[in-house]
Amino acid sequence: MRAIQAKNLTKDFNGLRAVDNISFEVRMGEIFGLLGPNGAGKTTTIRILTGVLPPTRGKAYIGKHNIQKNPIEAKQLMGIVPEMANAYIDLSALRNLLLIGELYGIEKEKRIKKAENLLKLFGVYKKRNQKVKTFSKGMKQRIILAMALMNDSKILFLDEPIVGLDVESVRLIRGLIGKFNGKGITIFLTTHNIEEANQLCDRVAIMNYGKIVAIDRPENLRRTIQSTASVEVAFKETLDPNGLKFEGVIRVKKIGDKFRLYTEKPEDVIPLLVQHSRLSGNKIITLNTLGPSLEDVFVKLTKDKPPINKEGF
Amino acid sequence: MNIFEQLKRSFAITKKDLFIYYFKGPIIIQGLLIPAFLFIAFSFKRNMPLGFLMPGLLGMALFFAVSAITPVIAPWETRMKTFERLVSSPISLWAIILGDIVASVLFGLFITSFILLFSVILLGAGAINFSLILGTIIAAFCFSALGTLISAPPVDNPSNIMLLATLIKFPLIFISGVFIPVAEMGGFKILSYFSPLTYFVDLARHSIQRVSYFTSFVDLIVLFGFAILLFIVSIKWHEKSLAKRF
Repeated sequence: MRAIQAKNLTKDFNGLRAVDNISFEVRMGEIFGLLGPNGAGKTTTIRILTGVLPPTRGKAYIGKHNIQKNPIEAKQLMGIVPEMANAYIDLSALRNLLLIGELYGIEKEKRIKKAENLLKLFGVYKKRNQKVKTFSKGMKQRIILAMALMNDSKILFLDEPIVGLDVESVRLIRGLIGKFNGKGITIFLTTHNIEEANQLCDRVAIMNYGKIVAIDRPENLRRTIQSTASVEVAFKETLDPNGLKFEGVIRVKKIGDKFRLYTEKPEDVIPLLVQHSRLSGNKIITLNTLGPSLEDVFVKLTKDKPPINKEGF
Repeated sequence: MNIFEQLKRSFAITKKDLFIYYFKGPIIIQGLLIPAFLFIAFSFKRNMPLGFLMPGLLGMALFFAVSAITPVIAPWETRMKTFERLVSSPISLWAIILGDIVASVLFGLFITSFILLFSVILLGAGAINFSLILGTIIAAFCFSALGTLISAPPVDNPSNIMLLATLIKFPLIFISGVFIPVAEMGGFKILSYFSPLTYFVDLARHSIQRVSYFTSFVDLIVLFGFAILLFIVSIKWHEKSLAKRF
């Protein structure tokens, strides 16, 4: 059963095409990730799906409701965490939650109970009567996530939910995303963080220049670029990465104190690394062979230049 | 979605506005001080009867009180990203605008209640009647709807809208019979017909001074017409500009 459906969605802003004829479905109970670089069209897509922006063309459905034709019914089903913190900073944490409860038509007794339970769950109950402007970014984000859950949403839209948060908040929110999904809530997540998408999502769509360039399970996407396996190596002494550009190495990337050598044939590169170590007297500390990561898929699929639009955009 | 459910949700917006924007000392003081200063500046050393001055003061107090905050709510909330939160909630745009209007109406009535009380103390209980009370409520809605209309351009900088509001509000004060009765405005009289403030001041003048340019019925009907027109135009304009806000 589908939770979200986008059919040929297109959005133009003053002659600029932000979203270009995208279609996809998100199944009920799924965690779906929308990945893409800045300006790819992720936030515009989420704004269309949540009824904030009308599409220039195409249709979007939340459950069985067309967001354009039945916006109130469609919005009633979803909770939203927009990209930027947007709780009312001059209201207390509790009042923010109660306001959202009222906007979703939840009865007074139920909304007070629900708000208090959520504040406890997110560890901010003791500060429930403090204005949100006194909260840290992580605490604000917890309040915003709690606001999105006030209506027992069946579908949760999370637009970059952990950007700029402290480690504790990130772990808490990641844990809760998994927990809510376990209760059958469908989660639509946009993120820059590929590792986050890799760990959380059942399926991901990669977006670039307004188009969806790939959509599949993370594991399947990785398999599509098996040719870019890599060898990760750390030496005892620091060295010039240019010295590691052996025959068969496509590129060398420095990652902390390690080097990742991208190659189609790791088995040919390993002896060359060992030989390099022996000749230079620089001992190898660690050596691992790696398959392609989701990041590799992302980089490969989003490195292209913007497609030339025949409609003149 | 039924209309009563939307009205309930609209009242949540009203409560939110009252907490955030209106229940603040500086706002209440400003609502009383601006019309009071204008009033004193105009009447200072001019021998005018209190009965003539009170309708003008009442008109200015109501006009400034209800249109002080409504123009800045939309740009301010656009900037703070809270407007996006409201728009993505299951509440219609008209209900959001109505909630903003009702909050400023309540604030305006609170402020003008001081002026009305002042009028009763100085001029006697006969100074206010049912038409004036009804007219005050309709006019408050009307001026507030004008405020929301002013806030419709899709900007996120409240100072831009404040400038626009000032450019619209202050000229209205001078063409609405606040300081000079409509009958004495000569060639400018025609301009006064296009200002809703004219009809409220005229209604107050009829109640307090027993003289007026229009009948109370005409004043009430025209005020009601302006209120509906400004509310509808405000909704339509906000609907049109909504997509450009984000």
